[in-house]
Amino acid sequence: MSLEPQELIELKSKIGRDPTSTELQIIAAEWSEHCSYKSSKKHLKMLPMKGPLVIQEKGYDSGVLDVGDGYVITAHIESHNHPSAVEPYGGAATGVGGVIRDILSAGTRPIGILNGLRFGNIEKDQQARWLFKNAVTGIADYGNCLGIPTIGGEVEFDDCYQNYALVDVAAVGFGKKENLIKNHAKKGDLVVLLGGSTGRDGMGGSQFASDSLESENRSAVQIPDPFIEKLIIEAILEARNHKLINAMKDLGGGGLSCAVSEIADTLEVGIEMDVDMVHTRESNMHPDEIMISESQERMLIITSKTKLKKLQEICKKFRIACSVIGHIKSDNQMHVKKGKKTFANLPIDVVANATLLDLPSKKPVYLKTIEKEKKLKPISDYSKIMMSLLGAPNIASKIWVYGQYDHEVGIRTVIKPGHDASVLRLDNGKFLSIKIDGNPKQCYINPREGAIGCFEEACRNVVCTGAKPIGMLDHLQFGNPKDPEIFWTFLESLKGLTDFANYFTIPCIGGKVSLYNETPSGPIKPTPLIGVLGLIDKTPLVPQKITKDDCLVIVGNTKDEMGGSEYFEYVHKFIGGKCPSVNFAESKKNMKTVLKVIQSQFLKSVHDCSKGGLAVAISELCMKNQIGCKISLENVPGEKLDIDRILFSESHSRYLLILDKKNLKKLEIILKKNKVSFNLIGKFTGDKIQFTKGTKSIIDLRVDMAQKTWINSLKDLVLHG
Amino acid sequence: MKVGVVVFPGSNCDRDMYHVLTDVFNLDAQYYWHEKSLPKNIDAVILPGGFSYGDRLRAGVIAAHSPIIKDIQKMAEKGIPILGVCNGFQILVESGLLPGVLLKNESLNFMCEWTNLIVENNKTPFTNQFKLHDRIPIPIANGEGRYYVDDDTLKQLKKKNQIVFRYSQVVNGSSNRIAGVCNQAGNVVGMMPHPERAVESEINPVDNKPSSLIFESLMVKMGVVN
Repeated sequence: MSLEPQELIELKSKIGRDPTSTELQIIAAEWSEHCSYKSSKKHLKMLPMKGPLVIQEKGYDSGVLDVGDGYVITAHIESHNHPSAVEPYGGAATGVGGVIRDILSAGTRPIGILNGLRFGNIEKDQQARWLFKNAVTGIADYGNCLGIPTIGGEVEFDDCYQNYALVDVAAVGFGKKENLIKNHAKKGDLVVLLGGSTGRDGMGGSQFASDSLESENRSAVQIPDPFIEKLIIEAILEARNHKLINAMKDLGGGGLSCAVSEIADTLEVGIEMDVDMVHTRESNMHPDEIMISESQERMLIITSKTKLKKLQEICKKFRIACSVIGHIKSDNQMHVKKGKKTFANLPIDVVANATLLDLPSKKPVYLKTIEKEKKLKPISDYSKIMMSLLGAPNIASKIWVYGQYDHEVGIRTVIKPGHDASVLRLDNGKFLSIKIDGNPKQCYINPREGAIGCFEEACRNVVCTGAKPIGMLDHLQFGNPKDPEIFWTFLESLKGLTDFANYFTIPCIGGKVSLYNETPSGPIKPTPLIGVLGLIDKTPLVPQKITKDDCLVIVGNTKDEMGGSEYFEYVHKFIGGKCPSVNFAESKKNMKTVLKVIQSQFLKSVHDCSKGGLAVAISELCMKNQIGCKISLENVPGEKLDIDRILFSESHSRYLLILDKKNLKKLEIILKKNKVSFNLIGKFTGDKIQFTKGTKSIIDLRVDMAQKTWINSLKDLVLHG
Repeated sequence: MKVGVVVFPGSNCDRDMYHVLTDVFNLDAQYYWHEKSLPKNIDAVILPGGFSYGDRLRAGVIAAHSPIIKDIQKMAEKGIPILGVCNGFQILVESGLLPGVLLKNESLNFMCEWTNLIVENNKTPFTNQFKLHDRIPIPIANGEGRYYVDDDTLKQLKKKNQIVFRYSQVVNGSSNRIAGVCNQAGNVVGMMPHPERAVESEINPVDNKPSSLIFESLMVKMGVVN
């Protein structure tokens, strides 16, 4: 149990007596970092959370955005890192299940899943390969069975995740505004537990997740059952249509302890419940076990006595269990009984509100010298370097991953995985664009600039589809917060995100903090993951086939910012240097201008320039379209740089615009008028990727050879090592 | 024209199919829960894709014992057009209405990708508007999509013209690259790819017209259009 000695003293003084064992279990679960956010909550308030499209309702686990015409989008992000590091299949699958139920809790139908996966070095480490392969299968088996498309995400490998895994899942939902659940309850209402049975799996999972992963506590990992989850989704949406749900909450971390106390706290009521009424999958479970079990696929519903019969009928239709476990009282107490015997009776506000911490922070020592660059080995053959980068696990095509996910079900997916951002069509004729991005390599070098970079990159990706960013999800993943140096990196990232969100007026609509991400060899690199949602009113920019003589124009400056780049880390095995930073004013100007150009509807496609830099971004276009290119590096805008910098710098705020030659004039007029830095840097032609500087050939690669490496290398690594 | 869309616990393409039937082709579609019976006046039945009973035991095998299957069997005998897509195909095979079995894909993975079908039989109620050997760009999304029959049955299928669709290339290792088959009478058709995901240009990156012919064939057969 993870209750600290001073917390125990505090609990005793608050309730004026010794707690019972059940009370201790409940408090330990609810006061865990995972459930209470005690280390981060004070600081998270700095993020802007309001906006013209944001709908704030009490008791929601997901954010809600008004997308017009009476429709709303819900979105949330969660991680399942500790469980996935122990049992990747079940850990990743139940991670999907949990975030889906958050979307469902608002009364909306889940319509898309994205995931961000991070593992150790799969080229060297067999365990990383095993974790990766099984996490992907876990997500596929769960999401596919639910019939919710997994529409995008990202995969990254870094030594800092050795023997560990970051499995982040974001989900979006869609529904009518009038169908949102307005959480409310009155005295005498019934508390109903619906769905899967409660067992001894996932015991104390939230506490397990709130500690460094030292032992393989397999009983703390939950067991997935997507079939039950699918039935719950349909049953709940049917119950919603019949207006049978007064309030609702999913059971996640902390199980019944958290769900019951948090819903009571939100609704400002008391709940009396009887553990004997909970449907269990094992006999003789102790009340403590029932209260903290994190068995999956369970929902807590508050309904009126008069509505119970209809709710039971719906559950019977789908053959899912539904037990009345308690009722609403007006005394603001959480009263847990077994038959007539009381096992816990605590004031709700004590349970639901752990004392928040204000942890000390200190700038890490390593940051003093990290920006210093070492002398690099000169590159004699850039074509060879390019081939090795295209096959590098972080850059290679992720088709082996998303090819296992049903990304078409629901028939909304307009822009499918493998592009910058994914786009779903909505029922009101508008389109939702969404992308998640992380960059621990840059965040390690500069936690503030790195985090801002993730945010800008996600925005850029969404902008490439023609969407205006309307909301952000953040998932802040760090090591042990009690280490002041780690806590400093957390605060720096958070401040950076806050500044960017304020400058661009993009509200944070939801998020999660995951701390204590420690591996046997130390903490993970700071890994904030940012999801951005964008809205397209009319037509998304669906990438069109690039053909001979199409022009390539770059918007944005290329700078000497190589820290954390794939080129430094993968090619030169060097961690350090100055990481890319975002110039807010330039970023905003480029974003607005690119959106404006897209709306003029003469571009064939727009591609974001990020991991692997300009050289990789252009090669991707060639490989996807099976066409060569001729690029003149001397025309790339920005300060005068060495060849390797121009090719591989990961500077932000850059966009590649592809268009028919005949539209070039039109484009130049708009770009000039908006005063963005841009230039025509080449055209598409032939069957070779060719980069030159002056008359000198720098890269000369056959597209088909490059494509073969790019498409197959990840799959080959996973299957054959 | 009334089309029934059968819903099993775990079906997940039922709403997509319903949308296509009603919003794209303006047909009168109705959902039928697997425990209900089908009305007599129904003109066609579609079993949509999904994971009925979570693919427990074997894809489609539990749903094949649903009460509604008896009605579907009766309708099949009467010659009413019946289409099973993906899990619907698996259920038709498991209930004995179509020959063969569907095994795990050769890759042992779930596969979601765009493929090309070739029409091998244009006499069924779902293919009468195609020319023989027409190509259909269409997505697959399945884990157990490898159609298998033994050599003798394959000969029979060819002889009786029961192979409706084949993949243009090897996709998952299915016998003779078969993607869809029909019963001997030709009114019951099963296919692994998803036509409902391919009939709208907005979500079809290649060409939505060929897949639309699957539904238009049914409409011609039922006299909705000529």
